[in-house]
Amino acid sequence: MAFAAFGHGGGGGAAAPATPTKKSKVALFLLLPGLIYLGLFFMTPLISLIITSLEVPDGSGVMGSYAYGFAIENYGKVVTEFWPQISHSFGYALIATVAALLISYPLAYFIGVKARRFPLIQGLMLTLVIAPFFISFLLRTFAWKQIFSNDSVAVQFLQQVGILGPHDYLVGTPFMVIFGLTYNFIPFMTLPLYSILERLDIRLLEAGSDLYATPATTFRKITLPLTAPGIISGTLLTFIPIAGDYVNASGDFLGGTKTAMIGNVVESRFLVLNDYPTASALSVLLMGVILLLVGFYAKRSGTEDLL
Amino acid sequence: MRRLSLGKYALPVYSVIAIIYLMIPIAYTFVFSFNNSLKTNLIWRGFTFDKWINVCQQQGVCEAFGNSILIGVVSTVLATTLGTMIAIALVRYRFKFRSFVSLLIFLPMATPEVVLGAGLASQFFSMGAAKGIGTIIIAHVMFCMSFVVVTVKARVASLDPALEEAGRDLYGSPAQVFWKITFPLLMPGILSAALLSFALSFDDFIITNFNSGPAMTFPKYVYTAAARGIPAEANVVGSGVFLLAIAIVVTIQVRSSLRSRRLARQG
Repeated sequence: MAFAAFGHGGGGGAAAPATPTKKSKVALFLLLPGLIYLGLFFMTPLISLIITSLEVPDGSGVMGSYAYGFAIENYGKVVTEFWPQISHSFGYALIATVAALLISYPLAYFIGVKARRFPLIQGLMLTLVIAPFFISFLLRTFAWKQIFSNDSVAVQFLQQVGILGPHDYLVGTPFMVIFGLTYNFIPFMTLPLYSILERLDIRLLEAGSDLYATPATTFRKITLPLTAPGIISGTLLTFIPIAGDYVNASGDFLGGTKTAMIGNVVESRFLVLNDYPTASALSVLLMGVILLLVGFYAKRSGTEDLL
Repeated sequence: MRRLSLGKYALPVYSVIAIIYLMIPIAYTFVFSFNNSLKTNLIWRGFTFDKWINVCQQQGVCEAFGNSILIGVVSTVLATTLGTMIAIALVRYRFKFRSFVSLLIFLPMATPEVVLGAGLASQFFSMGAAKGIGTIIIAHVMFCMSFVVVTVKARVASLDPALEEAGRDLYGSPAQVFWKITFPLLMPGILSAALLSFALSFDDFIITNFNSGPAMTFPKYVYTAAARGIPAEANVVGSGVFLLAIAIVVTIQVRSSLRSRRLARQG
């Protein structure tokens, strides 16, 4: 694991060796409180999670009581037992991220490039894109559940048109969960795309068409490569939270028994069944896959760019 | 010719549809805050202001809302202070382990909330710490800090070092230079970081759910209520916060556009 390599020494040790100049003393004073905080409440919990994931039942039979162990087999167990939920997490996240990218790119292009000459429209549309942030995402997700509930006008219409069978409904299906995930994370995709498209030099596009490139070629050869950094950060900002989400897939919101994701299992194992090793092993697994993904991106674009 | 004009309108029309799509659940929540509902808020039963006027009569809503405000304010103050200090150090000073510090700031943002929540909860569990508002605040400061660093860092980087140099040339002490020059110039960045931090804290559910114990926050109230149907009073709180936030954003935008117009006229 990547973070195990950084883990030893905790937070405090991280910034401690300072060169004896006056400047680095100031830097140390500025950095230390925050870094110690992250060491205590970010790094240590991750290590604690790894330790817990290897624990074994302590034999007392009391629910939620475990002893230290080195049960690597816990990982094999969770992968076989929760394979459907693991595949839902990454499958839904992949589809929802691609959907969010396809929906967001034209929107961000319009706001960032076409609306440049109209600052008022640009400001208004940008405000509307971030507006969903200002109202609880649980309320918004529940609103979709109501809008597509079994006796709603929308579902009745889809049944009459024949898109849905007479006894088919939307809530509880993978489609509805992916729909909700896509909706909830579109602003996280649109904003980084907008911030890079806003700075796109239009003269480069004009040069493309002057040289008889079709709009499609201009897009593929100029616009797309220049906006790749926005696509990368947008993809990370949507994929990561979606893979860990469990609200959309929860049975009280858009999901059902067949749509559970990793987060749903972690929640119920940790908070309801007190099965800490299973919950921790799944969390470490999720974190590991995300770190591989981030590492892959970081290698291509550098960590400074990610920040 | 026809294809050209079609292409001209396709993008604006698409964008308007996309924005409407983003607005649908917000509008739904707002409309149903005026529903003359009984226990649940599923069917439209007629228009009323009653839920807006008597919000707190629904048991637990106002208490949860108050807790969320308290947690949001305390977490924002702490996260903004710690994050701003790190942001200044990252831009202005050269030190060893720079890339390690960057990584440590970046990682919490790249970690799924469920991992952050379960990790902290397992740590509190092994420490034997009682979960409540205190543990929620600890968790919120942790995940808000990185977002503060990123937001303030951009502002520090755009600051002209010559201004601080001028202060030092005029015999300003380091403290004077910081409080009279650097800090006021950083203020817009710090303010937007604080707003972001408050919004993140106020709307957080997943990390809070793992570390709240018996304490209630507004998102947790909504999640718990969802099993039986969310009462209209929750829609009132959500819509009220939404209107307030939009008002703040519009005010900031109008003020900054007025100022830049004024500056343009002077220049």
